[in-house]
Amino acid sequence: MNHPMSVCLTNVVVKRRQKVVLGPVNLDLAASGVTIVLGPNGAGKTTLLKVLHGVERVSEGVVQWSVPDVQARQSQAYVFQSPIMLRRSVRQNLAYPLELLGQPKSEIARQVVDWAHSIGLQNALDLPAPRLSGGERQKLALGRALIRKPKVLFLDEPCANLDGRSTREIETLLRDATQTGTRIIMTTHDLGQVRRLAGDVLFLLNGRVHEQGGASAFFTDPKTPEAKAFLEGDIVE
Amino acid sequence: MNEIWSGIQAAFWLIITLDADLVEITLRSLQVSLSALVVACVIALPFGTWLAIRRFRYRRAAIATLNALMGLPPVVVGLIVYLLLSRSGPFGVLGLLFTPSAMIIAQIIIITPLIASITHQAMRELWAEYHDLLISLNTTKRQRVMTLIWDGRRTLMTAALAGFGRAIGEVGAIMIVGGNIDHATRVLTTAIALETGKGDFALALGLGFVLIALALVVNLAIHALSRTEREGTW
Repeated sequence: MNHPMSVCLTNVVVKRRQKVVLGPVNLDLAASGVTIVLGPNGAGKTTLLKVLHGVERVSEGVVQWSVPDVQARQSQAYVFQSPIMLRRSVRQNLAYPLELLGQPKSEIARQVVDWAHSIGLQNALDLPAPRLSGGERQKLALGRALIRKPKVLFLDEPCANLDGRSTREIETLLRDATQTGTRIIMTTHDLGQVRRLAGDVLFLLNGRVHEQGGASAFFTDPKTPEAKAFLEGDIVE
Repeated sequence: MNEIWSGIQAAFWLIITLDADLVEITLRSLQVSLSALVVACVIALPFGTWLAIRRFRYRRAAIATLNALMGLPPVVVGLIVYLLLSRSGPFGVLGLLFTPSAMIIAQIIIITPLIASITHQAMRELWAEYHDLLISLNTTKRQRVMTLIWDGRRTLMTAALAGFGRAIGEVGAIMIVGGNIDHATRVLTTAIALETGKGDFALALGLGFVLIALALVVNLAIHALSRTEREGTW
């Protein structure tokens, strides 16, 4: 039986200017856990995430969520590699997704304070968000994504350019989110992070899924020479 | 040089004595220009923003046309509005010719493309910054426009002030459609034109200084009210 938020990709291809940047991809992703998409630069990781999120149109094939598309989009959130900050205060950034949903102001104010504490920005609530440091901005972007309580959370290299401490803080937030039932699909280049977080791994190369399976099996027994080379830090093409 | 000095003296005298005619035409100038500005902003801000985020077939042509309309000759606008509002024109029945309403209509036509074009430029950059986030949050088109207008409000204020500057200093169109009638449609710019024609350069200059001061005061007031410099770093 399908869980409400599982997804199936059938022969999905994305082309840009007649060039295939992703696919063909056939994929089933279950409704829970943490899936990490791995691969070298240009492998199609971000494109795959955007296709799953519905913000990138597919040239061929079908992306089928187990719920209607509108419901699927409303149950998802996306954190970009370079966090996009609204030109507003931290408080207003956190409130924005809830305002879009038309929630009562008192409820929004309560949740904003709760989430500001969760992400450690309770003392920065009235600061302009664009003035925050890189780590703080990423935490705010994550808080803004999680405040809607998404069933599926996409993250595109959420810890790129962050120091160890900020990375750990982000990872703690992600673990908390999975414990409350949020499905996480993310990309990263940090293999340590993959070991710490991933339930399963998708290894992409040249727009195709080369390997898919449990994280521990991926690290101990990669099935393809390309995956093995990638894990050993070799250049894969 | 003598005339400039006399002009400064005249302006000073007109202001400290609160000359009744000066107050009347100053208030009318403000009434006409601010009314035109409000209506133009209601049209131009959403339109410029919509143009920044919407992709459609003739978008480039629409933008080029909008930019071209920024250079609309006020006298031609005045002439067209005159013909539309004159008794034999399609809107003659409204009886608006030679009223402040006609002057407001002409100014709206002149400043709307200017405000819309500046808005489009500003919103295009903000949209490029926000695009992925707003699409990801599944926002409606209306929510996108409202978000961009709110977050870009300080830039949009510059657009509005540019529109106000053009409106308050405009003379050609409002002279034609307003008629420069004393105690009815006379404003600062048409009064300056009249006094210059009469050879009273000191008074004309005095009115000119009042006009410049008025434009500065309105700009500073709007900046102060919108707290531009205090929160201007985002």
